Parts: sequence; C-alpha cells; structure tokens
Amino acid sequence: MTGIANLKELFTRNLRTSGIYIAFVLIILLFSVLTDGLLLSSRNLTSLVLQFSYILILAIGMVIIIIGGHIDLSVGSVVALTGAVAAVIVIRGGQPWWVGVLAAIGTGLLVGAWQGFWVAYVGIPAFIVTLAGMLLFRGLTLEVLNNVSLSPFPSEYSAIASGFLNGVFGGYGYDTFTLVIFAIGVLGFAYNAWRQRRARIAYKQTVEAPVLFVLKLVVVAAVVMWFAWNLATYRGLPAVLIILAVLVMVYTLVTKHSVFGRHVYAIGGNLAAAQLSGVRVKRVNFWMFVNMGFLASIAGIVYSARSSAAQPAAGNMFELDAIAACFIGGAAVTGGIGTVTGAMVGGLIMAVMSNGMQLMGVDQSVQQVVKGIVLLLAVAFDVWNKRRAAAAR
Amino acid sequence: MADSAPTDILEMRGITKTFPGVKALQDVNLTVRRGEIHAICGENGAGKSTLMKVLSGVYPFGTYDGDIVLDGEIAKFGTINDSEARGVVIIHQELALVPHLSIAENIFLGNERRRAGGAIDWNRTNAEAAELLQRVGLSESPTTPVYALGVGKQQLLEIAKAISKDVRLLILDEPTAALNDNDSEHLLELLRQFKGQGITSIMISHKLAEIAEIADRTTIIRDGQSIETFDLADAGESSEAIQDRIIRGMVGRDLDNRYPDRESHPGAEVLRIQDWTVKHPTQPGRVVVDGANLTVRAGEVVGIAGLMGAGRTELAMSVFGRSYGRDITGKVFLDGKEVNVGTVPAAIKAGIAYVSEDRKHYGLNLIEDIKRNVSAAGLGKLSKNGFVDENEELKVAGEYRESMNIRTPNVLVQVGKLSGGNQQKVVLSKWLYTAPEVLILDEPTRGIDVGAKYEIYTIINKLVAAGKAVLVISSELPELLGICDRIYTLAFGRITGEVDVASATQEGLMALMTQEHTQETKA
Repeated sequence: MTGIANLKELFTRNLRTSGIYIAFVLIILLFSVLTDGLLLSSRNLTSLVLQFSYILILAIGMVIIIIGGHIDLSVGSVVALTGAVAAVIVIRGGQPWWVGVLAAIGTGLLVGAWQGFWVAYVGIPAFIVTLAGMLLFRGLTLEVLNNVSLSPFPSEYSAIASGFLNGVFGGYGYDTFTLVIFAIGVLGFAYNAWRQRRARIAYKQTVEAPVLFVLKLVVVAAVVMWFAWNLATYRGLPAVLIILAVLVMVYTLVTKHSVFGRHVYAIGGNLAAAQLSGVRVKRVNFWMFVNMGFLASIAGIVYSARSSAAQPAAGNMFELDAIAACFIGGAAVTGGIGTVTGAMVGGLIMAVMSNGMQLMGVDQSVQQVVKGIVLLLAVAFDVWNKRRAAAAR
Repeated sequence: MADSAPTDILEMRGITKTFPGVKALQDVNLTVRRGEIHAICGENGAGKSTLMKVLSGVYPFGTYDGDIVLDGEIAKFGTINDSEARGVVIIHQELALVPHLSIAENIFLGNERRRAGGAIDWNRTNAEAAELLQRVGLSESPTTPVYALGVGKQQLLEIAKAISKDVRLLILDEPTAALNDNDSEHLLELLRQFKGQGITSIMISHKLAEIAEIADRTTIIRDGQSIETFDLADAGESSEAIQDRIIRGMVGRDLDNRYPDRESHPGAEVLRIQDWTVKHPTQPGRVVVDGANLTVRAGEVVGIAGLMGAGRTELAMSVFGRSYGRDITGKVFLDGKEVNVGTVPAAIKAGIAYVSEDRKHYGLNLIEDIKRNVSAAGLGKLSKNGFVDENEELKVAGEYRESMNIRTPNVLVQVGKLSGGNQQKVVLSKWLYTAPEVLILDEPTRGIDVGAKYEIYTIINKLVAAGKAVLVISSELPELLGICDRIYTLAFGRITGEVDVASATQEGLMALMTQEHTQETKA
C-alpha cells in the first residue's frame, strides 16, 4: 500500500468526519486572508477561546443528547438560571465564591433531573420537554433576579473565566508554564496514539502507514504548539481553556470508551434493538439530561464569571449555537452518530466565522445569514453523504 | 350474477419477481374468473403477498417479468393509483387507516369530494360515506373518529373505502386474521353479497375453514411457484375434506438433505413456561397468548409452529423481559427454579437470549460495526468500572467472526452493509456472548439464502451439543421437521399440540396449526 493511496483512503473512506476538518482549515485560511492575519494574532486567539468557551461546553452535553436521538432547547435558559443563582448567593448573599459555584451546579443537576424525568420516565418527546424548559427556566431566572442584572462578582469568581495561569516558571517575553503544559499535552496525545496503534497491530487490525502516522502527529503537534506559543506571548494560559480541555478529555473518554457512552450510541442507533439487548433505556436517557444540566451549569458559571454579572437575558439563543455546532460537527439528526471532537470542531467553525466577520466589521444581520447557510449546508452534506453510502451498498 | 359466463377478469402469466439475491416469485400463473371468490393458499413466505403487490402496482410494471392481463388487455400499473383507477383495490393485512381522522375522512382520503374551487364538500363527503357504511353493514356515524372503532369495524371500513373506488377486483390479505368469529362471519357474508353484485374477490387466508366455506376456487403457491388451481367443489364433500386437499397442496414437497444430521441426547429440563397469558398492548381484552405451557430440555431443539398471527413472536417476546404485551401472567422456570423475567436485563441475567425475527429493527444497530453489535448485549462482561476494554472487545468479536464464519475482512465493517446471512450470524454472536442457557430463535433463517441457512442449522446443532436448550420459532414446517426434537403447535394464541418429530407430518402439524378451537391434542 503506497502512502498516497493510504492518504486518499483516509479522506474518502471517512469523508463524513474528515470533511469537517478540511472545512475548518479552509475557513481559518479564508478569514486570515480576509482579516489580514488579524484572526490568528495572539490577542485574538485568546479572546476567541474566552468568547466561545461556553458554547463549546454546552456542545459537549448537546452532542451526547443528539447522539441519543433527543434535542435540548433549554440550555440557554439554564445558563441564565444557574448564573443567576450564583449571583444571588455570592453578590446579594455575600457568600464565598465557591458556594455560588456549588449552588449553580446543584441547580443545573436539578434542572437536568427534572427534564430527564419527563423525557425518560413519562415519555414526553425531548423537544416538548425542553421547549417548556426554555420558557420555564427563563421565567425562573427573571424571578430569581427580580428582573434586574446583578453585578459585579468578586474577583475570585470572575477569575474562573477571565483568569490566566502564568508566570509559574517565569516569563521571558513568553510564558514558559503555558508552553510546558501544552508540551505535556502533545506528548500525552502522541503516546496515546502510539499505544492505540500498537494495540491495533497486536489485534491484527489495519493501521496507517508509519510515515503517515508520524506525519499526522507532527502536524497536530506543530499546530498545537503554535497555538500555545500565541497564548504564551499574550497573557498565558486562560483558566477557561483548562476547564474546557479537561471536559473534552473526560467526555471523549465517556462517549468512546464507557458503557454509558456505548448505550447512548445504541439507543440513538436503534432504540428497539438497544432495549432488546438489555440496555436500560430510561435510565440512560435520564442521566443524559442530568449530564446536560450539569454542563449547562458549568457554562452558566463561565458565562457569568466572564461578564462578571448575571443578566436576565443571559444565554439567549445559546441552545441554537450549541445544536448547530453538533450538526456541523457531523452528528446525525436521526441519532446514533456524532463525536465530542466533531462537536468541538463544529463549534470552532462557528466561532471562527463569527469572530472573523466581527473583525471584518460585517453587519450582524449578514453574520446571521452566513451562519444559517453554513448550518444548512453542513446538514445537506450529511444527508448527501448518507445517500451516497446507501447507494454504494 | 352479472355475468355467468366463465370469462376471466384477470390472468397473471409467468410472473417472476426477483429481489437482490432472492427469487420471490418464479413463473407464477393465476387466472381469476369474473365474479368468483378466489382463495390463494400457501405457507408464510411462499410469495402470496408478493404476488398481490405485483398485481396492485406496489411493485410497478418493469420491476417484474410476465404479464398482467386485466379484462383481456395487458395492464402496466406504475403505482397503486393506476391499479385503483382500473378497479383493482387491495386491502392490506395491516390496516391503513388514520386513527385521528373521522370515518368519512378516511374513506375519501386521497380521493376527497370537493366543490368547484377545491374546498372539501363536507355534506357530500358525509352523505356518501353514510351510504357506503350502510352497504358494508356498519352502523356508525361518518363523523366518528376511527380510533374509536374496534378492529372488526375498522376492517369493514377498509372495505367501504375500497368500494368507494368502484372496485371490480377486491384483494384481501388475511382479512379475518385479527377478527373474532362474529366479525369474521359478518365479513364473509359481505363478500358473498359482493359476489352477488358482480365484484370479484381474491382472498389470502390461513383460516382454511373459511376458505372451504366461501371460496369458489383456490390457487396454491409454494416456494414462489404456482402449484395448482382447483375448484373447491371438486376437492371434497365436507369442509374437512377440502381443507385436507388444500393442506396437501401447500406442504407437498419432499425433505431432502438440507438439514445437517444431529444426534439427539436431551438432558434435564431447563426451561419451563407455565400458564403464560399475554394481552394485546393496545387492544383491550384481546388475548394474544392464552395459557401456554411448554418445556425445553438441555440439548434439545424444540420448535414452535404456528401461522402468522398465532402469537409465536408475542409469546417469545413477552417471556423475554416483557418486551411485548400487557397484563402478562404465568411463570417461567429455569433449571426448576422460578426466575424473574420482568425486564430484559433480568431475562439476560437469568440466562435467556432472544434472537428476533426482524433483525434489522430489533436485532442490530445497522449504523455500527460488527464489533459493537457483537458486544451490545454483553458489555457488562467486557467492562470494568464502567469502561469498556476495547482490546478485549476486538478480540471477542474477532473470535466470533472466525467461529461463526462471518464473511468480512475484519470486524470493523458496518453491519448494515452485510448480507442477511452474515447479519444473522452477528446477531447470534451477540447472544452467544451473553452465555445463555436458553436461546429463543425467532425465524432464524428468514430472508437468508440456502447456504447460510445450512450454516445456521449447524450452529444450532453445536449449541445443543454443548447442552444449551434451543427454542425455534419458524413458519417453515420442513425446517422445523428438519432440525427439531419436538414441536409445539400454536393456533390463535393457544398451544394446540405437542408432537414428537419422529411421528410428525406436515399435514398433521398444519391441521393443528389451523385448529380454531382449543383441545390439547397428542398427535
């Protein structure tokens, strides 16, 4: 097998997943040209991470919901509600910041359990339950805040979103700590990839040619370290990025390797078959929504910390961005297909587009139009791809 | 009678219909005389429904070989609408009514009575509907929603819908399968009236007594071929004699060595199902399985023979974690101890595995690969602390690919792309990995080719040789006779007989399977 044939196969065999990475690269290139390189400046990359982190956090939970064959329209309202609860406790109640964080998480879990109960045990479609939730939790937010914004949060709370970790190893015009953390990450990724490759060889599975394998690692390492360098030369490692990275790692593990994750895919892929295979469908559906509530509360904390305030209208339309991220990232509308990584790339595509257009000074109205078209094309591509696969059968 | 001359309203000549890999119909001939009631008889899967779908345009002209001659000219139906325009109307076994629309709306669905300008003329709709209801003897208001009607009345409504289309040739696929005796009698009476009005009917039914009572002639279909057509009046004097004649035609084929040899050494009783009664999940009061008792011993293959709608799958699925039905009563014993099979995980834990008759809907996740399908029911064995050992999973799937002879390059192939035989082997692998004591195989060879069937039989033989108890549900009597030690017959929800395979004949089984009143019979 030649390297070229292998490379071609890598793309064509899995067009569904590789297509989106290609699109991501193209969109980055397009907007760096259109913004004269401003998009990829140290300062802008940092603000990109801060600005879209909560959408990405929501998309992690959302993609699990979508793989399971459901949808959650309420997450924007839950972001507002959890932020509001934290604000009332910390700002109005004068409690320490961590009490606010715990209260917000507790609220998120309760919200998730509430919606999970109706979806899983009463059997109401998630679309309806979460549409009701969208109204319900927005209303509760207004109630909790008495319809006014609460601000500012104490600096410890705000640091969750706007803090930077740096200077541990001293700075030389760049932050060594940031670079070291990223280097550890890259090495861990490489080690993991190598271990998986070895296991696959041991189990007599096909693997990419060694050249391609190394090339892939080098490209990933180069891109990541370049990104790290940009962060390091600006303000260092944003705390939010650490939260996000931990969540992505944990949930990639959960979706790919845990029994729970497998059951989610099984339910979305074929509900009846899952049931007859002994999957406790109700229980899995319930925990899917509890998990979504948990992640929505994390997003709520990050969002309120970033703006250092809890606003009645916070998180408006976040659900749509999160859902769009999942579908652009290759999740199937019918369930059973999707990945956390895909949702993250889908979210980043939206982020780069929004950010790029903002930098270019494109009108808000045009931005909406472009985003809408991209979402539509992404799903159209998915449908086309499926039909192509069916025809090849 | 409108036309007493025996001219043919319909002639189907040399119909051959092929699906990918399967010849469903081969050179089938069917001649129907004007004004008669013509019965089509055959075992499940013989090709009766396929033939009717060809006739009604469900499979359009060009997708089959042969000619349909209607009133002397060749008909080329592209859609159901084309055939309906020519007065050929089919009533499918599964009723095609919209529950939340009214009777009148259902009758004229797709054929609405309109005013000039396009708006629906409700007065005309309801008035014409009332007339049609009277013709079929249904005393309901045209505005009653359909969900409020019982199955019997819904069946009559289907017929009203058919005659609203000026039907000349009415095709009924198992019209009385879901009806009680009263409703059935009413429906048959209606068919007789239609005959008087010159409407020709083609009827598919497993209830041979009905056929003997009402039909003029019958055509026997077996293995996708038309075997014979005869006048029922010539077939015998009594209803029993006629039924025997039909049964001989339906099963008249020899057993050849399509089944691998096996030595039978049954051991101790493993599974006992006692007084098992299941009610229909949505139709209150309808009993689907009625007081069933059966046992399976270790190392024994036990068959359940029954026609469509006899309650075979319902029995199996209700035992497997109450996956079907409501108000289930009865007991299940494994190795002499009563076990709880109230949920699927409990049933799996107790040692029961159920391989569904519909592997695409109930057996497989078609968008996943072989590996993940094989592990789907046994993830507990593969995981530690909630995480799956994927190397072990890969190894297990690989082992089953070898031992089951699943023909793919590796276990990462998407299951939806496999042939029926390979898919069935994946489902079997999934259940074998749960290490069950009892395997319930529901139509294990449906839709797979002869070679793969032989392999599945070989796998069954290996299982019983290893001391497992196997319960096989099948519509194919030769298959049951070829692989089982004992066979229970199921008819209309009741076990009507228990037959040792050594003394069983297809005729004897068929008689038990069509027996409508319950008596425990030892054949």
